[in-house]
Amino acid sequence: MIPQAIYEKLLHPFRPWLLAQDFAAIDPWIEVRADGLPEICRVLRDDPDLAFDMLNCITAVDYFEPDEKKAAAAEWQPHLELQYHLTSTVHRHRIVLKSRLARWQNNEIGQLPEAPSVSSVWSTAEWHEREVFDLMGVLFVGHRDLRRILCPEDWAGHPLRKDYQMPVEYHGIQAR
Amino acid sequence: MSTERMQPETVEFDVRTDEMLINMGPQHPSTHGVLRLVLRTDGEVVNEVTPHIGYLHRCAEKIGENLTPRQFLPYTDRLDYLAGISMNLGWALTVEKLLGHKVSEKTRHLRVIVAELSRIASHLVAAGCYGLDLGSFTPFMWTFREREKILDLYEDLCGARLTCSYITVGGVTADVPDGWLKKCEEFLTQFEPVIDDLHALLTNNAIFIQRTAGIGVMSKATALDYGCTGPVLRGSGVDWDLRRDGEPIYTEMYDGYTWRVIAAPEGKYPDDHPYPPVPPETILGDSWHRYFVRMLEVVQSMDLVRQGIEKYSMAAGDVDEPIPLKKKLPKGEAYLETEAPKGQMGFGIVSDGSPVPWRVRVKSSSFCNLSVTPELCQGVLVADIPAIIGSLDLVLGEIDR
Repeated sequence: MIPQAIYEKLLHPFRPWLLAQDFAAIDPWIEVRADGLPEICRVLRDDPDLAFDMLNCITAVDYFEPDEKKAAAAEWQPHLELQYHLTSTVHRHRIVLKSRLARWQNNEIGQLPEAPSVSSVWSTAEWHEREVFDLMGVLFVGHRDLRRILCPEDWAGHPLRKDYQMPVEYHGIQAR
Repeated sequence: MSTERMQPETVEFDVRTDEMLINMGPQHPSTHGVLRLVLRTDGEVVNEVTPHIGYLHRCAEKIGENLTPRQFLPYTDRLDYLAGISMNLGWALTVEKLLGHKVSEKTRHLRVIVAELSRIASHLVAAGCYGLDLGSFTPFMWTFREREKILDLYEDLCGARLTCSYITVGGVTADVPDGWLKKCEEFLTQFEPVIDDLHALLTNNAIFIQRTAGIGVMSKATALDYGCTGPVLRGSGVDWDLRRDGEPIYTEMYDGYTWRVIAAPEGKYPDDHPYPPVPPETILGDSWHRYFVRMLEVVQSMDLVRQGIEKYSMAAGDVDEPIPLKKKLPKGEAYLETEAPKGQMGFGIVSDGSPVPWRVRVKSSSFCNLSVTPELCQGVLVADIPAIIGSLDLVLGEIDR
């Protein structure tokens, strides 16, 4: 199925949740509202014409420029973007789901933004969401065991954020 | 000796046991690196396994945000260090996908040759270490002896043995030295009969079959649900290999090659290989099948290398030079998965138009393959844990990134 057809298939039940799309991009993508993710993913997996049985990867991109001058020139407002790369081994088609999140919940610095977990749809998401939480600081609501996976449990901060500062020391080890 | 396995519940009839937490790793030899497993055991039976990872974490993705793609290339070698060239290939193709860059025929065939050699090397380590995990030392020595010859070939090719950085963005670092292809062919000729020895040592070995058949059985649905890929997925009978089913920029590399995906969707492998039949006590998706898929893939890769050598020799022109070190990247995003020896290795790049990527993503295949262990290891015996972990062929450099 071509990306356009996948989009049209989603359009009927989820029109208000679909925000943008680009089928001419290198990897065609559909942007959805974060609160609709689990339902949309469930349809993507269960609809026999879509049958996205494999979640390749969940990743997040931090759009934030610490340098004020450069930030003024940037084309975007600061935000986080979640990306879900999906494949169907049945129909051999692929699609990317994107979803925008605020960098901080309610604009309070330190309050991690929330997104619903899709780990009930694909178990792959369990570890990938833990990784995104660990490195990018997104709270996945509905995840049964959301803790850090790559960094130590008592690590401070989320290293892949653009404004991340490496701690000066960690348990007596000089870190920078 | 009977090959029938006792159920864990009946092993310990009448014996009163207490629940115990056992810490396995991070330096346990059978965990293939610094993997730590916490086992909740009841006597010999494991009720729960919790993997703890991250001991090798270097935040490769953050490093990638501070370097140009070609500068990042040597870091990809350190992901799956047992198949560095396959990692180079994944990253190079991802950046080429973003650039819209196509490599020449000659480069493409050279890439097939070295990438398939790295698959052979990686699968040899997998088979040898798997034997070692299960208490048999000889296969380890024999497979490493053969792998050493592949590393020698790499050394002749680019000077490095493990961290080759040979395939780079836009092409390869240099053309092959004189006489290298001949050495490569000689290696394949002498290696071919050794495979029979390995089958005699492991595949058909009654002890090996007892330790692996019916252990860690993973259904097709579970494998897909957890995003397992590579031989782990194909061992469960899913006919899926990115070299055939991947994105065009990757599958084009194998255009004109005759080969087929090694999987047994109906529980039956193609009959055209001279190797032992599948023992009746195995179940599709168990540890034995994951091992066997790798062994068949070794033979497949040898054939691909031979075809590659022939095609490379016939191709006109030169191999491609790498792109300039600080070339500006076009604005955009690209994500690509390639069929690395251990599974689907994904690289992603987000560019804002400068020479240094805005975001680099590294998706590890072993990461997903490991995530299934809590499910696979429920209710097995403690001694089966190394048998299951070994059959997944993990490499922690890639999991922790």
